[in-house]
Amino acid sequence: MHQAGSGSDPGGGPPHSAPDGAHRSRVTLRVNGTDRDLDVDHRVTLLDALRETLELTGTKKGCDHGQCGACTVLVDGRRANSCLLLAVAQDGAEVTTVEGLADADGTLHPLQRAFLAHDAFQCGYCTPGQLCSAVGVLGEAADGQPSHVTGTAAPSGPVTLTTDEIRERLSGNLCRCGAYNGIVEAVAEVGAGMNGADVTAPSSSAIPPRPDVIV
Amino acid sequence: MKPFAYVRATSLQQAVDAHACRPGSRYLGGGTNLVDLMKHDVETPTTLIDISRLPLNRVEELPAGGLRIGATVPNADLAAHPLVRSGYPALSQALLAGASGQLRNVATTGGNLLQRTRCPYFQDVSKPCNKRDPGTGCGARDSTYRDLAVLGHSEHCVATHPSDMAVALAALDAGIELYGDTEGPRQVAATAFHRLPGAHPEQDTLIRPGEIVTAVVLPPAAPGAVSLYRKARDRASYAFALASVAAVLELADGRVRHVALAFGGLAHRPWRATVAEQLLAGAPLTDENVLRAVDAELAQARPLRGNAFKVGLARNLARDSLAALAQACGGEPPERLP
Ligand SMILES: Cc1cc2nc3c(=O)[nH]c(=O)nc-3n(C[C@H](O)[C@H](O)[C@H](O)COP(=O)(O)OP(=O)(O)OC[C@H]3O[C@@H](n4cnc5c(N)ncnc54)[C@H](O)[C@@H]3O)c2cc1C
Ligand code: FES
Ligand code: FES
Repeated sequence: MHQAGSGSDPGGGPPHSAPDGAHRSRVTLRVNGTDRDLDVDHRVTLLDALRETLELTGTKKGCDHGQCGACTVLVDGRRANSCLLLAVAQDGAEVTTVEGLADADGTLHPLQRAFLAHDAFQCGYCTPGQLCSAVGVLGEAADGQPSHVTGTAAPSGPVTLTTDEIRERLSGNLCRCGAYNGIVEAVAEVGAGMNGADVTAPSSSAIPPRPDVIV
Repeated sequence: MKPFAYVRATSLQQAVDAHACRPGSRYLGGGTNLVDLMKHDVETPTTLIDISRLPLNRVEELPAGGLRIGATVPNADLAAHPLVRSGYPALSQALLAGASGQLRNVATTGGNLLQRTRCPYFQDVSKPCNKRDPGTGCGARDSTYRDLAVLGHSEHCVATHPSDMAVALAALDAGIELYGDTEGPRQVAATAFHRLPGAHPEQDTLIRPGEIVTAVVLPPAAPGAVSLYRKARDRASYAFALASVAAVLELADGRVRHVALAFGGLAHRPWRATVAEQLLAGAPLTDENVLRAVDAELAQARPLRGNAFKVGLARNLARDSLAALAQACGGEPPERLP
């Protein structure tokens, strides 16, 4: 399958018998539920494969160096910066981008609805990354994974997403417009599983949730 | 980025063999540092040997106690591991204080240890840097950049090691397991793994060309010992350490039975504070004793143009950390000197 790696054949010969110098490989990515076969230059990142080859331009390029989170997607269910992943190394992976968050019938993901309701963006550039990252946060917290603010002595089991937890867990997603208050409210709302519940810190009450006028 | 070939390793032996016969190869873990540096043309591998799918992704309890952490275990999974959280809190805390949630999902144990400095002179190929390009000089030493070493630097290099995890491993007396084509398997102490720059800053560690980090081994945690990691940085999250400390403490009758103290952000490697540890061993953990010990350690500091603040920062971090650990040991926090 890999031009550059006969060693990936089970029991294959020594790796130096692989055709040397090949700089491209075929890969299959399962993107938003559909298998996509690609012939990629090894230098192509998952981010560029999504945007340039698959024309899924929802995922954004901010810094291209892992420093802003705009490119966050879910890879095999885990959130990751697609700008630092090489497409060739992701062969066989299941990738979910912002385009794949809504249901097939167009029903928005609860986080997308909450982002609209809480005015969780201004220009919207960081939003696809924020959304994918927040999907990851909900899963990680439900799975009992601690954060820097959880403390190692905390009991195991699902972590309650307080505003401190959300801010820490989403710190890898920068928002140049400073829509953080709305983002935290939106994630808290979905995390609590009901409107407005469990959002205790002052920041959340500073801006009351707007009625859902945009949808 | 320069074009390169790609090999997906299916066994450890195949990976080291592939490295041996392809000059200019690099191992690919999570890629969060290597791909970044390739975009800057700091790294220009001819071949990437992808070791991320090797079966090195388990955390095992060792028969005699302790843990063996496979080199491809992601940082997020290691931080969340119940045995790490309960037995080695400093390690879990150090990992969680580093990078971001999405980076920790991808970054591996081996890659974290071997990540390169964040010194901007190293990352910019238009600047002189002895670490990147030996013999070109050090552009950072007289610059206004302040996140540089205060301990153990040389005329050739003033860079710091950026890993939080490595600082915890140094304090926890971890071992690093390596495997090489000619060396076979060997283990080195985490405290010896990272080097001081001396005349060869291009070598961050004592890993030999083509060797793979296969695992990190943690000795059994002493029953009464407690540990923690504290980090000071320019913002509350998603920033590298200006200074950090990993500390392990065990008290017996109010006296120090075991103490380990390692600083991050101060040197080219995690800085194990052996001078301070020797002064504290067997002594009552009073604020006076702690300050005397930490000050003796930091007396070796040679701050550069803009980073003398790190010395005081490290002193306060160590003092607060040991006080917190004394309390966690069940003792009273030492009464603070004015
Ligand atoms: C924006 C940003 C912020 C960050 N903040 C922090 C922070 O606050 N604290 C912190 O500690 N780190 C931080 N990091 C760094 C991050 O922790 C490292 O990039 C990561 O741990 C590297 O792991 P990796 O598996 O992705 O390594 P890779 O990028 O795959 O590899 C790094 C190096 O190690 C080599 N290598 C990898 N695995 C092995 C192995 N098993 N054996 C031999 N060689 C190997 C590679 O060849 C390469 O030279 C940050 C990174 C970014 C991008
Ligand atoms: S574009 Fe990937 S983190 Fe900024
Ligand atoms: S909404 Fe503009 S960057 Fe976040």
